Amino acid sequence: MSPVGSHPFLCDIHDMMILAEQVRTGNIRAVSRLISLLENHPGGREALRLLNSTSRETRIIGVTGYPGAGKSTVVNRLVSCYRRKGLKVGVLAVDISSSITGGALLGDRIRMQEHALDHGVYIRSMATRGHHGGLAQATGDAAFVLEAAGYEVILIETIGVGQNEGDIDDVARIVVAVVAPGLGDEVQAMKAGLLEVAHIVVVNKGDLPDADNTLRDLREWCPNVLRTVATTGEGIPELAAAITAYQQPHAVGPVGEARNC
Amino acid sequence: MQERKPRFTSLSGFDTNRVYTHNDLKDWSPDEELGAPGQFPYTRGVYPTMYRGRLWTMRQFAGFGSAEDTNRRFKYLLQHGQNGLSVAFDMPTLMGVDADAPLAHGEIGHCGVSISSLDDMERLFDGIPFEQVTTSMTINGPAAVIFAMYLAVAEKRGIRPERLDGTLQNDILKEYIAQKEWLYPPEPSLRLIADTIAYCSEHVPKWHPISVSGYHIREAGSTAVQELAFTLYDGLTYVEAAVKAGLSVDRFAPQLSFFFNAHNDLFEEIAKFRAARRLWAREMTRRYRPVDPRSVQLRCHAQTAGCTLTAQQPMNNVVRTTIQALAAVLGGAQSLHTNSMDETLALPTEDAVKLALRTQQIIAQESEVTNSVDPLGGSYYVETLTNRLEEAALDYFHRLDDMGGMVRAIEQGFPQREILNSSQRYLRESERKERIIVGVNEYVEPVERPIPILKIGLEVEHEQVARLSDLRKCRDSFKMAGAVEALQEAASCGENVMPYLIDAVKAKATLGEICMALKEVFGTYREPVVL
Amino acid sequence: MTVASAPLRILIGKVGLDGHDRGVKLIARALRDAGVEVIYTGLHQTPEQVVNAAIQEDVDAIGLSILSGAHNTLFRRVLELLKEQDAEDIALFGGGIIPDEDVATLTADGVKALFKPGAPIQEIVTFVKGLKPHG
Repeated sequence: MSPVGSHPFLCDIHDMMILAEQVRTGNIRAVSRLISLLENHPGGREALRLLNSTSRETRIIGVTGYPGAGKSTVVNRLVSCYRRKGLKVGVLAVDISSSITGGALLGDRIRMQEHALDHGVYIRSMATRGHHGGLAQATGDAAFVLEAAGYEVILIETIGVGQNEGDIDDVARIVVAVVAPGLGDEVQAMKAGLLEVAHIVVVNKGDLPDADNTLRDLREWCPNVLRTVATTGEGIPELAAAITAYQQPHAVGPVGEARNC
Repeated sequence: MQERKPRFTSLSGFDTNRVYTHNDLKDWSPDEELGAPGQFPYTRGVYPTMYRGRLWTMRQFAGFGSAEDTNRRFKYLLQHGQNGLSVAFDMPTLMGVDADAPLAHGEIGHCGVSISSLDDMERLFDGIPFEQVTTSMTINGPAAVIFAMYLAVAEKRGIRPERLDGTLQNDILKEYIAQKEWLYPPEPSLRLIADTIAYCSEHVPKWHPISVSGYHIREAGSTAVQELAFTLYDGLTYVEAAVKAGLSVDRFAPQLSFFFNAHNDLFEEIAKFRAARRLWAREMTRRYRPVDPRSVQLRCHAQTAGCTLTAQQPMNNVVRTTIQALAAVLGGAQSLHTNSMDETLALPTEDAVKLALRTQQIIAQESEVTNSVDPLGGSYYVETLTNRLEEAALDYFHRLDDMGGMVRAIEQGFPQREILNSSQRYLRESERKERIIVGVNEYVEPVERPIPILKIGLEVEHEQVARLSDLRKCRDSFKMAGAVEALQEAASCGENVMPYLIDAVKAKATLGEICMALKEVFGTYREPVVL
Repeated sequence: MTVASAPLRILIGKVGLDGHDRGVKLIARALRDAGVEVIYTGLHQTPEQVVNAAIQEDVDAIGLSILSGAHNTLFRRVLELLKEQDAEDIALFGGGIIPDEDVATLTADGVKALFKPGAPIQEIVTFVKGLKPHG
């Protein structure tokens, strides 16, 4: 069934109520249209009120880190991991829009297309459209929509340029920073910016020769540093466990103290 | 006098002077930079007599539809004076997927011949004398499997492997870089290649186990410099893999071959072939110090540039191909494929492919360009270009060395990004009409006359699927499974897989089954994102 | 931001087994430079993956490149799936080595436009910019 009121100019309250109802039942087209509406039209936020989301136990996980560190691959692996636990997963992957043309080339899906046929996974690429802070203006609202549509885990991948990533802190309940070994100066620069928002730091591509040095270096700054090789999936179960542990209110050990590491 | 434009540049972007003189070759020593034909550094050619001794091999890449369809085309080409075969496989075969797999639907026989089993391979070469005709097989990811099938066909006919002569493309690095037909990650792929090299050096000594290919790098939009640099560096990477596997360089290096594109810029292309020979000879000598002079000689096949052909006014493609073929001949290639004029529309028709072959024959027999070896040697312009190409390629070598080699560079997306950027630069130049493409951005005709094209019907797919289903029913499944298991065992414990592959294809394991079994051992490759 | 200035969203990808992605990447870059939000899904996509992605991404159109000769099968399958999913408002266009008569039948079946090798990129950009936001 095509969602009623899917027209982009939609603002009729009746249409919105129907759309909101469809979102609540998990209708994919309705979810997609509502996110577009939120991206395109200030009036779209009206529909959020109608979603009437009951507070579920949704985990919202931010994933940030420099381009090339393997954010999308880590996200892809986490999706598989949560799917094996039977959880419905939403992914919001944010990339930067060109400040000159307003266009964007969104390629985060490439890494996640293996999930394109899984009805328990929803992936949406979002362009920043001039918004600063590491996310698109509507990313937080989109996460709210996914929550209402019954997604139990929401992974948000930031633009990841290592600066102005503050938004993710407001939207996600836990933030994972992904770094790759051998970035040298970049790692140094990141400590000030990226690590400020991270609860867990992942050294991805952990099979590269420099990985040990990077791990050692980062552990001086932050207690929660893990090693992954996202291309093979190595270290991903441990990452998922660390995320879960962090979210337990009474977690013991180093996990949970990692704020502002 | 006013010139037509403020700046003249080669296709690779080098500034070109109005005229070249001895001043451009001030410190240039002919003894050091050229040598005699057949002598180090082989700039003038790998043989002393070149085309006076023997013309290049005219080898048209062919394959479509079923094994029988392609077999007929092979015989047609041989009958019209071609002297070597070159097999084009369809996409499922190139990707190691059986004709009856869901992913293969709609692709069977479309851009080459469909080969899923040893039976197909036998029918492909039915009536073709392996002892007299050299065969080149353009396949990479599943190259070792297809080679095993070829060896098994020869064995069945009672032909000893040491008499077999031909080429396996088997160049996986350029797949990661440009053509994107890979199966496994780089490390196990390099190991499979080292296995084929080792097997050939011992059992099939006349065979060329690898054809290091720049053709596809160029087709993906690279410059001549990038084609030259990445291809030769890939070659060095394979040499390194074989040496690491314990082979002495003189055991296998003489059998390495190369494959270059022959593009539009006539003089730059000629210089590219010359620079390739010189740079290969120098780098191989510097890095490996081989004893056998043949170990540093670069022999190559060339193909005219498919990406320069236009769908608009397709007859113009005959002229483009002629000029490009001339570049390969003046550059001293050992074999050549000339594209047919209809290849931007479909696979070539018989008439189109014959015209392409005739183009080579006219260059060889009528133009008299074959009379003298390296006729452009000593030209101020061509020598300057040769020097520049070699220097620019060496720059890339240093950058690749610094990155830790080609595999690391590929993982970082380096060659991929360089090529994509060049491709975009060329596109921009043609859109601004800084480069004119006849019939496309100038001399456009509003209404065009269609030319006849070859169509592949769905019946090819139906027949192939039915045949495969029969094969699966009739074979000894127990024997097949045993052979595949032994192969997996060999693959995981580092033994040379070639004998096991031959056993598996003889036990009627299909291409797809074998590739899948190896994937279980080797894993699959995911490319870095380069946008 | 209002609807009128919302950028077009286009999914660009390669279906089937061939890996020649030079053209499709250049088109993706050109569309971005023309102000389009391009979602690139990469190589070796099945029609099912493409259509599901297009719906999740709420794109206005799908642009596919096929150079292996499998265009008749693959474009038709995408059209079929769009219909099944009640998503025929998403336009389908493409490019590749496609003979004229196939272009004619595929466009009659509902493919909005097919571009042949050598088609000026600007022509493709103009076509896309002329598309109306779906819905």
